[in-house]
Amino acid sequence: MADRIELEVKGLDFYYSGNIHALKNINLSIAKNNVTALIGPSGCGKTTLLRCFNRMHDLYPKNRYEGEISFNGVNTLAPETDHIKLRSRIGMVFQKPTPFPMTIFDNIAYGLKLRGIKKRSELAERVEKALTHAALWDEAKDKLHASAYDLSGGQQQRLVIARALAVEPEVLLFDEPTSALDPISTAKIEDLVGILKKEITIIIVTHNMQQAARISDWTGFMMLGELIEFDRTDKIFTAPSEKLTEDYVTGRFG
Amino acid sequence: MTREQQRKIEGGIALTFSTLAALLGLFWLVFILGDVLVHGIKALNPSLFLNDPSPPGTEGGGLRNAFIGQMLITLCATLIGVPVGVLGGTFLAEYARGTKIARVISVLADIMVSVPSIVIGTFIYAALVIPIGHFNGWAGAVALSVIMIPVVLRTTEDMLSLVSWTVREAAFALGAPYYKVITQVVYRGAATGILTGILLSIARVAGETAPLLFTSFNNSFFSWDMNRPMASLTVTIFQYAMGPYDDWHKQAWAAAFVITIFILMLTILGRLIIKWRYS
Repeated sequence: MADRIELEVKGLDFYYSGNIHALKNINLSIAKNNVTALIGPSGCGKTTLLRCFNRMHDLYPKNRYEGEISFNGVNTLAPETDHIKLRSRIGMVFQKPTPFPMTIFDNIAYGLKLRGIKKRSELAERVEKALTHAALWDEAKDKLHASAYDLSGGQQQRLVIARALAVEPEVLLFDEPTSALDPISTAKIEDLVGILKKEITIIIVTHNMQQAARISDWTGFMMLGELIEFDRTDKIFTAPSEKLTEDYVTGRFG
Repeated sequence: MTREQQRKIEGGIALTFSTLAALLGLFWLVFILGDVLVHGIKALNPSLFLNDPSPPGTEGGGLRNAFIGQMLITLCATLIGVPVGVLGGTFLAEYARGTKIARVISVLADIMVSVPSIVIGTFIYAALVIPIGHFNGWAGAVALSVIMIPVVLRTTEDMLSLVSWTVREAAFALGAPYYKVITQVVYRGAATGILTGILLSIARVAGETAPLLFTSFNNSFFSWDMNRPMASLTVTIFQYAMGPYDDWHKQAWAAAFVITIFILMLTILGRLIIKWRYS
């Protein structure tokens, strides 16, 4: 199957605070409407790589990229990239749920308002759509105007996903989205990822190899800032080309 | 005597002394508050709020000028001090987070909090009274705002720092510019804390006398004019309590009562807000 390429990373090097070499010559292609998982031991650079895609690293001084990330043909690492526009096209969900200190409705409406949508009726419609999309509507519809903190951890994480979906991004980045959740909430989010990929491209960092095997189409195995192997998920988990990958996925280290 | 008995006796001695110390402190506190309460309530009457002072030595009159003056000066001080303090705290906690300059300003603000207020009074006297040529209400408001700013600034900084960094990142990840992240997300998270800090800082300056003695001084006549000397409750209490007339003493008690209750209410409100927030 010849999937269209959404994001292409070419020769990417990344340095924290000017000199800590965190990513070394990364090359990979992210296929559109696929789920790509990044796995590897702690500190291998998988989250660092994820945060390159929406240029989160630019929030902190002295971080430096070299190389290129091509997003539908445009290099997002170019200095003239508008971070705000980029981040509205590439959304992100974090490890711990990050609801804003406001109501459930306002949480979802936040991103929409940022994009200049003010009409109450349109906001309400899109909030409902996003919550439905994130499989939270049934649980939240009666308390839209309650604080987002009233939701459970798993619900909060789905709220955050709904918030990211509301602005209709093309790509969604997940940074270990289930590591703070119980198994049932985790299953719900995994199901959700499977449904969402019909419309958007998903990149997910996970510590949990079973999770990568369950939900992803492609898997990248990283170690010490290098991408050791990148291939179809079934190949990585059944017949990896690299010895290191095999050792890791079979649990011999990591 | 066994080891255990010895420990029990030592514990008993420590408990006795610390209880006595607490009681001693509490005694004076209750004594002062009780005295203000008893004398103040006795001297309270409507004319206190409705009339201006009568000529010295004659009976009657009130302190309307001082109530209004106190209100105006405190209000103006708040209007100057709160924006400067909140914005300064925002700079320290957000834009200058982790930098050397932020730490220096933070420490300086902490020092400012403990500078005796009379020092601030004399400073404003030199800066805003001498050049103008006479005492004036604005100088009083500025002196109080200078006391307020470091308190509000530090509270704002602390409260903003408590908002977790990942919440800011989440807002950034939605494509929000920094000023919107601060005003729409971070301020919301820190709002009750900042509000409490503001209330407590108002309570703090409302009871100040020394800085006003050098700046707004006093005025026996009713006045809305902040360019002229202006009466305030605290300075009036100071003058009336030292004065020779019995009637003055009574009015000073009443004024002390009113201002104590006002500050007490602000403080209680501040505590209640904290309680609501964290319950």
